[in-house]
Amino acid sequence: MKIQEADAKSLLLAQGLPVPSWIVARTPAEVAAAARTFFEAGAGKVVIKAQVLVGGRGKAGGVKLAGSPEEAAEVGSRILGMDIKGITVRKVLVGAAADIIKEYYLGAIVDRGSRRITLMASAEGGVEIEEVARQNPGAIHRVSADPLLGLLAFQARTLGLAIGLRDPLLAPFVTIAQGLFATMKANDADLVEVNPLAIVTESGPGDAEVQRLVCLDAKITLDDSGLSRHPSLEAFRDLDEEDPTDAQARKLGINFIHLDGTIGCMVNGAGLAMTTMDLVKRFGGEPANFLDIGGGARHETVAGSMELILADPKVKAILVNIFGGITRGDEVAAGLIEARAQQTRNVPMVVRIVGTNAAEAARLLKEARFETATSLDEAAEKAVALSKGSAR
Amino acid sequence: MSILVGSDTRLVVQGITGREGEFHTRASIAYGTKVVAGTRPGKGGQTAIDGTVPIYDTVAEAARQAGANTSVIYIPAGGAPDAILEAVDAGIATIVCITEGIPALDMIPVVEAVRRAGARLIGPNCPGVTSPGRAKVGIIPASIHMPGRVGVVSRSGTLTYEAVQAMTDAGLGQSTCVGIGGDPIIGTTFLDVLKLFRDDPETEAIVMIGEIGGSAEEEAAAFAAEHLKGVPMAAFIAGRTAPPGRRMGHAGAIISGGSGTAAEKIAALEAAGVRVADSPTQLPRLLLEAGYRP
Repeated sequence: MKIQEADAKSLLLAQGLPVPSWIVARTPAEVAAAARTFFEAGAGKVVIKAQVLVGGRGKAGGVKLAGSPEEAAEVGSRILGMDIKGITVRKVLVGAAADIIKEYYLGAIVDRGSRRITLMASAEGGVEIEEVARQNPGAIHRVSADPLLGLLAFQARTLGLAIGLRDPLLAPFVTIAQGLFATMKANDADLVEVNPLAIVTESGPGDAEVQRLVCLDAKITLDDSGLSRHPSLEAFRDLDEEDPTDAQARKLGINFIHLDGTIGCMVNGAGLAMTTMDLVKRFGGEPANFLDIGGGARHETVAGSMELILADPKVKAILVNIFGGITRGDEVAAGLIEARAQQTRNVPMVVRIVGTNAAEAARLLKEARFETATSLDEAAEKAVALSKGSAR
Repeated sequence: MSILVGSDTRLVVQGITGREGEFHTRASIAYGTKVVAGTRPGKGGQTAIDGTVPIYDTVAEAARQAGANTSVIYIPAGGAPDAILEAVDAGIATIVCITEGIPALDMIPVVEAVRRAGARLIGPNCPGVTSPGRAKVGIIPASIHMPGRVGVVSRSGTLTYEAVQAMTDAGLGQSTCVGIGGDPIIGTTFLDVLKLFRDDPETEAIVMIGEIGGSAEEEAAAFAAEHLKGVPMAAFIAGRTAPPGRRMGHAGAIISGGSGTAAEKIAALEAAGVRVADSPTQLPRLLLEAGYRP
C-alpha cells in the first residue's frame, strides 16, 4: 500500500527523524491559513505540494512556492483540483520553503537479490532514482543491513562517506540512515525513501547560520502482508485515490486490478491470471482486468467477482479460466450459474475449468448451456472472438 | 534420482491437524510419500489421518523419534516463520513452506538462519515439490504428473499445473517439479534449482516458468548460458501485459522503476539460448525443438 507524503513524514517523525513541520490543507483558505502560520514563524517563502500517490507531480506543476498568504491561496486554488496522471488533487502539504544547499537521495528497500534490507544513497538527490540508475549507475551507493543485527553504525557511516558527507554532518546522517531502517521495521514497509535528504541552512543560536540534514520529502510503501499487525496504518489508506473496485475486491478477498480492455478475466492463481491476460492480448484482444480469485474460492466469491467484472461497462466478453487444485471446479461452476441468474447485463462468456472436480463442473456448465473450452489457448481465442462479435 | 524430495524423503507435516494440512497430507500419502509424523503442539501422543500418522509436540521429537528428514509447513502466516526456524533447529534438511502472506521482513532473518544451518528452504508462498512416482510434498495435484526426465521450476502455482499438464499430455514426464514461490524473499531461487538439476543425472531437460518482478530470471539465464550448454531448455514468462507499478497478485510480481519486465526477462533467456514460449501449451514442442528426446 502506498501512502501520502504527509503520512510518510509522520512515520519518519515517529522514529525521531528530522522532518520540517507541515500542515495539510484541502481548500485555498486552509492553504492561506497554513501559510500564515509559517510566515509568522519567520519563513521567507512557503512550498505547496500536491498530495498524490503518483510520481512526477513536480513536472506536472503540483509543487509551487508562494511569498505571501494571498499568493499561497492563489497557488493552492490552482493545485487543488488539478489532474495529475488521472488523479485529482484533493489536498496539499504546506511547509516553510527550505534554504537548500545540497540534495541527496537516501532509500531503504527489501532487496530480493541479497535477501536483506538494502540502503541506497546518492549525491545526486532531488531527481528520480530510476533516472540516476539509468544515466549514472555508479552514483548510487549501496549497503545491505545485517539480516540479524540490523543496520550497523559503521555500515551507515560507510554509506555517508561514499556520498561525500563529512564532519559535522556524518553523525546526523548515520542517525537518519538508521532511522530509515527503523521506520521500515516498525511499519513493515517495503520501501522508505527520502528524496531529497537535504543540507539546509537554518539560523542557529545568536543569529549564527547552521547547516543541518533534513528530510524534505518522504515516500513509503507498506507491505500488504504486514498490514494486519499495524491496524493504525489502515487510516493512511487513501480511498479517494483508489479505484472504486479496490475496496470491493478487498472485501471479497480477491486480487483485482482494473485495466482498459474489453475482455473480463476470472482466473485462479496470480501467474495463471497474468498468463490469461497475455494470451488474450496474443489473440488480438485487450484484457479488462487482472483477477485472481485465490486458492479454494467458494461460489460466493465467484459470484461477487463476476459482479465486479460486469460493473465495468467496457466489458464485452468474459473469460473464466480455472485450473483446479485447492479450488474445486464444481464450486466455481455453481458460482457462475448463480452469478448469471442475477446478472443484469448479458455478456457472452467462455468458461474453461480443468483439474479438481472438472467433470462435475463440465456437467453443470453443459446443463446451464455455457460456452466452454478445453485448452487455455482455445479459451483465449474464443473470448477474443466473442468480444469482437458483440462489439459489432 | 530426483532433486529435493524422493524415495528417501521422510516427511513431517507441521500443522497436520489444520484443514489444509490434513487434506494435502492425505493426497501426499495416497501418492506414496512417506509421511512419518505430524506436529501439533499440545497434541503429542495422538494420531492424525485416521490413526496412521503419529503426532508430536515438536519437530525435534518428530526428527528424533520418527526419523523425519523433510518438513512441509501448512501453518498460517503469523506462525510460519517460527515453524521454519523450529524445523531448522531440529536439523531438518529440506523445509517446504506453503504458507502465503508472510511479511517480507519476517523472512529476512529466517532465510539467513536457514542458510547458516546449511538447510534448504523452498518457498514460502509456493505449491511445493513433486518428484513424480516417488514423493509429493505440497499441494500440486497428483493427477498432472508423469515420471520422466524433465525438471520443472516455477514461481507460480496454477500456472505450473498448466505447464506440467501440457507436458504430461505430450508424453514428456518430469524428474522433479519445484514451485519456488511468488514472494520477494524466498529460500531457494531459480539459480539454486538449476544447479540442482544440473547435478541430477536423471534430469535431461529443463522447463522454467517465471514472471515479472525482480531479476531472478536474468540470473538464471546467465547461469544457463554458462553451465547448461547442451541441456534442452524452454521457458515461459507471465506478465507481458502487466501494467507497471501494480502488484499482480503475488507479492513479488511487480514492475518497479521500469525494471522486472517480461520483455527484459525474455530477452535475457533468449540470449542465453533458452527457447521462450508465447503460451505454456507450446513448452513441450519447444523442448523437442531444443533437441530433447524423451
